[in-house]
Amino acid sequence: MSSANPLKPSERMKIPRQEPIEQAAAERMTNFLEVSFGFDDERSVIEAKRCLDCKQPLCIDGCPVGIDIPAFIGLVLKKDYVGAVNKIREANYLPAICGRVCPQESQCEELCVLGKKLTPVAIGKLERFVADFEMQQNLFTPPVIAEHREEKVAIVGSGPAGLTCAAELARKGYQVTIFEALHAVGGVLRYGIPEFRLPKEILDIETERIKALGVQIYLNFVIGRTATIDELFGEWGFKAIFLATGAGTPTFLGIPGENLSGVYSANEFLTRVNLMGAYRFPDFDTPIRIGKTVAVIGGGNTAMDAVRTAKRLGAEHAYLIYRRSRSEMPARQEEIHHAEQEGIELLLLTNPTRILADNNNWVCGIECQRMELGEPDDSGRRRPVPVKGSEFVVEIQTLVEAIGQKPNPIIQSTTPGLDTSKRGTVVTNEQQATSRPGIFAGGDLSRGGATVILAMRDGKQAAAAIHDYLEKT
Amino acid sequence: MYRIVRKQVLAPTITRFEIEAPFIAKKRKAGNFVMIRVENHGERIPLTIADGDPARGTITLIVQAIGKTTKLLCSKEQGEEVLDVVGPLGNPTPIEHIGHVVCVGGGVGTAELYPIAKALCDAGNTVSTIIGARSHDLVILEHEMRAIPSTTYVTTDDGSYGRRGFVTDQLKDILDSGNPVGAVFAIGPLPMMKAVSDLTRSYKVHTLVSLNTIMVDGTGMCGGCRVTIGGEMKFACVDGPEFDGHKVDFTELMMRNRTYVDMERIADERYRCQLAGLTQENVQ
Ligand SMILES: Cc1cc2nc3c(=O)[nH]c(=O)nc-3n(C[C@H](O)[C@H](O)[C@H](O)COP(=O)(O)OP(=O)(O)OC[C@H]3O[C@@H](n4cnc5c(N)ncnc54)[C@H](O)[C@@H]3O)c2cc1C
Ligand SMILES: Cc1cc2nc3c(=O)[nH]c(=O)nc-3n(C[C@H](O)[C@H](O)[C@H](O)COP(=O)(O)OP(=O)(O)OC[C@H]3O[C@@H](n4cnc5c(N)ncnc54)[C@H](O)[C@@H]3O)c2cc1C
Ligand code: SF4
Ligand code: SF4
Ligand code: FES
Repeated sequence: MSSANPLKPSERMKIPRQEPIEQAAAERMTNFLEVSFGFDDERSVIEAKRCLDCKQPLCIDGCPVGIDIPAFIGLVLKKDYVGAVNKIREANYLPAICGRVCPQESQCEELCVLGKKLTPVAIGKLERFVADFEMQQNLFTPPVIAEHREEKVAIVGSGPAGLTCAAELARKGYQVTIFEALHAVGGVLRYGIPEFRLPKEILDIETERIKALGVQIYLNFVIGRTATIDELFGEWGFKAIFLATGAGTPTFLGIPGENLSGVYSANEFLTRVNLMGAYRFPDFDTPIRIGKTVAVIGGGNTAMDAVRTAKRLGAEHAYLIYRRSRSEMPARQEEIHHAEQEGIELLLLTNPTRILADNNNWVCGIECQRMELGEPDDSGRRRPVPVKGSEFVVEIQTLVEAIGQKPNPIIQSTTPGLDTSKRGTVVTNEQQATSRPGIFAGGDLSRGGATVILAMRDGKQAAAAIHDYLEKT
Repeated sequence: MYRIVRKQVLAPTITRFEIEAPFIAKKRKAGNFVMIRVENHGERIPLTIADGDPARGTITLIVQAIGKTTKLLCSKEQGEEVLDVVGPLGNPTPIEHIGHVVCVGGGVGTAELYPIAKALCDAGNTVSTIIGARSHDLVILEHEMRAIPSTTYVTTDDGSYGRRGFVTDQLKDILDSGNPVGAVFAIGPLPMMKAVSDLTRSYKVHTLVSLNTIMVDGTGMCGGCRVTIGGEMKFACVDGPEFDGHKVDFTELMMRNRTYVDMERIADERYRCQLAGLTQENVQ
């Protein structure tokens, strides 16, 4: 292999992993600007030197879309940043987004050989750097589309699964139309993940690049309501459909007091702030109500985003209530770490039992119970069990529940013959095909809550399967 | 963008719009609503589809200007555009042949009731309608209701037109008249729908109400519109907006709808100042 790296492996291993430039915690608590600025070119080149350019790069196995990681890192080393991002784009059409929100520590970076004894190569940060470089320097050139194909394909939902499938099919020459229920593209990337982790400008630019492939987008179009799946096949003339409507319906704990004023689902809380711009009220019309003390229930990325948002909106105390212990929190380590830096108070092994109201039907407190860890459950995690007589009350004025989402049933209930599971997800085979010929599904809709990169993997897989399907019919 | 093809002022604060939205016009049924966003930075608000013309590709909205967003919408003129319109959302009203039905509309709720009354009549029902308003100038759609055809009563709070009093006074008379009532459909302010439901409960007459909750997306993804129906949590946008009035926890809903009153006032005042600024500029 012709490596551009003049250093010997032993020398490479002496270089410490580079740290990203970050906004100071005290400062970022008061704004919605991005927390991490990532790497600059100097750090990127140093970090790239750490890569051993392995003959059998395990890191690639850890990336659900199979980016040729050593190849792109090699290009970073040569300072060919545009070459590097184009290398990534062969496998991943949303590099600026994945570089920011991918749980790298449990994917590509987890398998990087350097991680065994030292620290893994900062693959995600490098991916982000080259993508940002290309954006800042305005160096994007749309890939050439080899062929033109007459067949029309519909994509329902514009989250990462839908966008990826659209990009893949458009590159193959198909006539692709995305239908999106909201007035803006991006799914969770738009309404869920806050500005301070993923600036919406980045999403807008990535979206423009997908449109540049000739993809048509209908906003404000709810499939199952504005038109049904069968109408898309019929009068609209689509030959195949990819369903990527995510898992957008919030679930609630089912404890007393959930309909009090001041109680939000994380979806509502984050949608008001991110999609509707409530953090800039009254410059934006949609309001959000934040008390002095806010509690968020949950331990995943969603809970973390909600509690950090609450802090930025001016909460003096922002608690995260989680019924297991810290090591069981499903949120990304980096996010938990950032949250603690920002003064988020974790109430671990704590289970909410009741929401208390004041005279005006406003939430004024939450009653909780202490938990201890018992025997492992089905998921292998130790099951939390309540400690008798350990009830206590936390005074709060705002409560956000972030305990999980399930798929919205609008399409499933208006599309005959589409098999769903007990959890409400759409059932697919390995190729993302559903029980109905010509209909494919992926992302959170078929997985339940998962990740951006797995949604993208499904989008890619579905595009390949749709291509096969249309070749055969 | 969705173009306003016709605008008509029905009453001092109530305006009727026909808006180009061909896909929605084709699909909408009585009881459906749309979510609209008038301009960038704006709020998404729900409005009932009062009528639709699939051939011309338009839907009709009847809007009462009460706060920033509805005032902004009502300031739009024919030929101007609205940024976002999405629908048809919510479950259509179940329209069956019941016999004699009473439709009760309060304020702008009369507009939401009109397509339902019409559909009920088309399904072979005998329809009585009661239109309630604060005063004569706020009575809307009387002519249209009569033309359905339905036996139409008007009540005004101040007695400036029709019967003086509340819709419930008229409804009680109908319930007492001996002409059996198969069902009541009531749409209006929450206190009115609550009063109607309380009245019909003692007569054991099935009553459907349409709940005006605060909404964000209107498609079941935020849960902001949740209400308690017979002790269970429901989302008004996808499980409703119509529910059995005898099961609705009105008190809770009325409290929830007050969540943002002070912020709504700020938005409204800011808008008024903007308008004032604008006119001053124009004068100079
Ligand atoms: C707050 C939050 C933070 C997260 N943070 C991370 C993170 O840091 N890293 C990570 O990897 N993952 C994260 N996740 C998970 C990740 O965002 C999701 O797994 C991913 O977005 C799923 O993608 P998707 O394309 O399947 O669906 P979605 O992103 O949910 O997109 C679905 C789209 O379909 C649209 N839609 C729904 N119904 C219809 C219909 N009937 N007609 C038309 N359109 C419809 C929706 O409006 C939406 O735009 C987070 C999730 C949340 C909620
Ligand atoms: C299913 C449904 C159908 C409706 N149909 C009609 C109709 O046909 N014609 C009509 O004039 N009005 C209708 N409404 C009410 C209309 O949505 C509200 O008047 C409007 O949202 C007020 O917004 P605003 O900014 O002008 O006033 P604001 O000052 O913001 O609010 C005034 C009051 O309206 C309610 N409200 C505020 N924001 C929202 C929101 N996002 N969603 C719902 N309610 C809100 C609150 O109770 C608030 O106190 C309907 C409401 C629902 C839920
Ligand atoms: S897409 Fe995600 S998993 Fe793949 S290389 Fe990039 S950061 Fe790693
Ligand atoms: S496993 Fe690590 S060191 Fe090896 S090629 Fe991948 S990133 Fe480089
Ligand atoms: S308005 Fe969001 S779920 Fe009903």
